[in-house]
Amino acid sequence: MSNEAVHNRRKLISMVMTTLTAACAVIAIAILTIILTYIGYKGVAAINWEFLVETPKPVGEGGGIGNAIVGSAIMTLLASLIGLPIGIGAGVYLAEFGDKWFGSTVRFVADTLIGVPSIIVGIFVYTLVVLPMTRQSGFAGSLSLAIIMIPIVARTTEEMIRLVPKSMREGALALGAPQWRVTWNIVLPAAASGIATGAMLSIARISGETAPLLFTALNSRFYNFYVDQPMSSLTVQIYNFATGPFEVEHQMAWAATLILVGLILVINILVRMFTKKKY
Amino acid sequence: MSKTGTIGDSVFRTILIIFAATIIVIVVAMIAMMVQNSLPTIREFGLGFLTGRRWQPASDIFGALPFIYGTIVSSVIALVLAVPLSLGIAIFLVEQAPQKIARPIAFMVELLAAIPSVVYGLWGIFVLAPFIRSYLGPVLQSYLGWLPLFQGRLTGIGMLTGGMIMALMVTPIVTAVVRDVLEAVSTTQREAALALGATKWETTTIVLGNAASGIAGAVVLGLGRALGETMAVTMVIGNSPQISSSLFEPAYTIASVLAANFAEATDKLYLSALIEMGLVLFLVTFIVNAFAKLLVIRVARRSGAH
Amino acid sequence: MGSKIRIKNMDFFYGSNQALFDISLEIPDRQVMAFIGPSGCGKSTFLRTLNRMNDTIPIARLTGTVEIDGKDIYAPKTDVVALRRKVGMVFQKSNPFPKSIYENVAYGIRINRMHKDRADLDQRVEKAIRDAALWDEVKDRLNTSAFGLSGGQQQRLCIARALAVQPEVVLMDEPASALDPIATQKIEELVVELKKSYTIAIVTHNMQQAARVSDRTAFFMLGKLIEVNPTEKMFTNPDEKLTEDYITGRFG
Repeated sequence: MSNEAVHNRRKLISMVMTTLTAACAVIAIAILTIILTYIGYKGVAAINWEFLVETPKPVGEGGGIGNAIVGSAIMTLLASLIGLPIGIGAGVYLAEFGDKWFGSTVRFVADTLIGVPSIIVGIFVYTLVVLPMTRQSGFAGSLSLAIIMIPIVARTTEEMIRLVPKSMREGALALGAPQWRVTWNIVLPAAASGIATGAMLSIARISGETAPLLFTALNSRFYNFYVDQPMSSLTVQIYNFATGPFEVEHQMAWAATLILVGLILVINILVRMFTKKKY
Repeated sequence: MSKTGTIGDSVFRTILIIFAATIIVIVVAMIAMMVQNSLPTIREFGLGFLTGRRWQPASDIFGALPFIYGTIVSSVIALVLAVPLSLGIAIFLVEQAPQKIARPIAFMVELLAAIPSVVYGLWGIFVLAPFIRSYLGPVLQSYLGWLPLFQGRLTGIGMLTGGMIMALMVTPIVTAVVRDVLEAVSTTQREAALALGATKWETTTIVLGNAASGIAGAVVLGLGRALGETMAVTMVIGNSPQISSSLFEPAYTIASVLAANFAEATDKLYLSALIEMGLVLFLVTFIVNAFAKLLVIRVARRSGAH
Repeated sequence: MGSKIRIKNMDFFYGSNQALFDISLEIPDRQVMAFIGPSGCGKSTFLRTLNRMNDTIPIARLTGTVEIDGKDIYAPKTDVVALRRKVGMVFQKSNPFPKSIYENVAYGIRINRMHKDRADLDQRVEKAIRDAALWDEVKDRLNTSAFGLSGGQQQRLCIARALAVQPEVVLMDEPASALDPIATQKIEELVVELKKSYTIAIVTHNMQQAARVSDRTAFFMLGKLIEVNPTEKMFTNPDEKLTEDYITGRFG
């Protein structure tokens, strides 16, 4: 082959590969767009006020997901109350004292816990809480979500704290402040917004969880504010609607999905805008 | 240091240690509870549990092989589809696209990961499954119908649909890890290739060579995710404990049999069988994830070294 | 002697920051030209404009002309890939590919399909490694990893890799700054040897090095070209006060 021909062929291959990789990106965007468009299109058609506040009714009589929204809110809140302090505390430990064997062990175990399928967490909480209590409950559901949350929050908290410049804490330590004061008054406030965004993302994550709730919180047809009782959630409700035989239920599944995905997208986009300004 | 300072420090430290230890306690308790609650079937069937092909809870026959088979095959389908796609996206974002385009696209790919599993399942039932039934399936059958993989009745629900929906969910995760790995490759490698007159693509292959073990790690991590993927798969794979050569036939995975049956399993042996499968899934994903982490860390270390 | 490279009124910007100011300069064929100056003076940036390596930085912008063999390399139709093959580069830190010694050198030959067959490839690789004065040290382990070499050997391997594609110009960006004195001496001897066949532009922070290896020297400060002269004159009787101050160590 002549020099020129080799040269042109190489440039052609390069262009083709750029196009192919761009096509991969286009496919991903297309899938996202198709999914979101479907949710929007199908969801908007089925949403109304009654749907948002009513409880499920026998097929054909309308009904809604009011109790599921409340259930999801209660369980997410309770899970955050359990999971955030433990997760943030563990994260602070990993960042400030976590360079020895115990820290590495915790870090490794946290990473594997993040990779454990969430349904396994559901089984664990089932054996731990549901079997002894002999019934499913909102508390069991919350605990499952909290367990999913803890390692995620711990690792993001650690990362955020490690971003705080060393000079900042050295300055305070040099003034004779004890370590805990430095961590509490200097390091944590400096990392606060990062930790908060990590927490928000983990809340978005657990609000979309279904598998760990299936047999811990189960489901309920009624408004329920007691966490020792089975509790409904948006995600389990979507699952039940979607796998049911009736068209009306399918429509409700789309409408409930619109609310769930809308919420998750809003959190993600807000976090994105917030962090973009910051860094 | 003042005395209150030292006391304060040790109290502070102890509290934090308790929080950190909680994570270890959770995992240890998780293993202990699952082992304890799966003892009945471990005693009853031993290793035969994993090789048994029959699953008949009503007559206390529990063989997990169909679920293991379904889990592996659907994960393989997912990886076959997701790995090239993820590599393409990551290469485009890190090596090919200008920053201005790469940033918003990267965010959109991240959003794919934020969509809950149950939503993928819903979309799978009402959009992907009909698409496979009416368009993709017939095309595959007319061209590749001579393969046992693509024979049988087309319902749109089955192994292929399960694998495809998994692929969609695994893609953003694999993409994210590959992106990190490519970004970790030193720019001096890119400059070396460019300075020799390498084209953009030739430069990219040099970067890929540097990142090989990290990319392998990303693939293994994707495998870990696929193995444990639950809701979306449960909703589209057909939930039938059979071992069929056809990808159009319904199948079952470990995670989906748990999701679909756990709440109704009241019989002690049945419950034990399900928990034992959970234990198997836990151990497998644990090993796979640890292995993936090892591979990814190696790249980070290497590019740090020179 | 003719000029290989001719730069006219070059300004260079990173975004809104101007890094180089109105540089005009000629680099003669088959000579070594050294670029010296305090760190941050723009000498490396300048070197990277000669093979358009700065193109990889999105906010970089250049005005003026850079001609090699009379052709403006910043003209819109310029083929950057072909340009970089003609203008090779050796970097501050040795950057071999994670391949064998042989494959590192063969890489440029392979992508350009310069070889007729395997024997021809072997020959070209050997010649490049010999030209880089590395052959005797590596001939028995060509198929082992390049990372097994010492720092100085890795840098000479990178030179061999650059020579293998038969460039006309070789740019060297502080090629010995990370090396010990003995390895540095080998690189310097090599540079002197290479100017028989190549035009060499070398950036260095080490003035003795510039004095030892170069025919002409250019002194940069704060993005401006202060003085260009034959090396001997530059180090004995510079035209500019600033150059004298720098060379005698009064600053930088």
